[in-house]
Amino acid sequence: MDTAQTALFYRISQYRFMCVELNIYLDTHPDDANARADYLCYARRLNQLIDQYEAEYGPLLNFGQSPTETGCYVMSQWPWE
Amino acid sequence: MWIYTKQLEYPVNIVNPNPRMAKMLLAQYGGPDSELAAGLRYLTQRFTMPDDRCRATLNDIGTEELAHWEMLGTMIYQCLRGASYAELDEAGMAGYYTMHDHGVFPADPNGVPFTTAYIACTGDPIADLVEDLAADGTTA
Repeated sequence: MDTAQTALFYRISQYRFMCVELNIYLDTHPDDANARADYLCYARRLNQLIDQYEAEYGPLLNFGQSPTETGCYVMSQWPWE
Repeated sequence: MWIYTKQLEYPVNIVNPNPRMAKMLLAQYGGPDSELAAGLRYLTQRFTMPDDRCRATLNDIGTEELAHWEMLGTMIYQCLRGASYAELDEAGMAGYYTMHDHGVFPADPNGVPFTTAYIACTGDPIADLVEDLAADGTTA
């Protein structure tokens, strides 16, 4: 991964982390309007960043969730490498 | 179903071997209160959870625990990566090495293999939640 790819990869990681934690909070606090607004905002940005990453570097997900012409799911780096 | 994302929930980048740390991390990877145990607790207990919010929470935190488990596996893999037999032996991991080489096996730091005997799924929502508190509360 070059520097630009790594930066975008970790940016996605940051937004995904926010979405996971807000999602779990909202499971037990579904009426918190501020948290819902934050969740929607971060989720939209997360998906924009994922689309951008996958168009430039290849799929992050499999099973039809990352329809991109670029890269190869099998050959890209695994998280523990 | 589950969809796998080729990205850790939080980045892990360990460069130097540290088998002593790997041994301690096994507690959270294959011990009684490990991420694996937590994930299995929540993902089995959810089937009989009667409350909507509790059911969603068990499903989502069970899923997140598996992401934590992958982070622990990554940490142990990277702590063992490149470690010589002498270094493993010095860290008290000669037995582990004999059984698993540099593999990442779900056992506790003493080599005891993971077992579902660690977890409970009673069918009673209160009993299950109390068991969750006892297990997750010990490790925070």
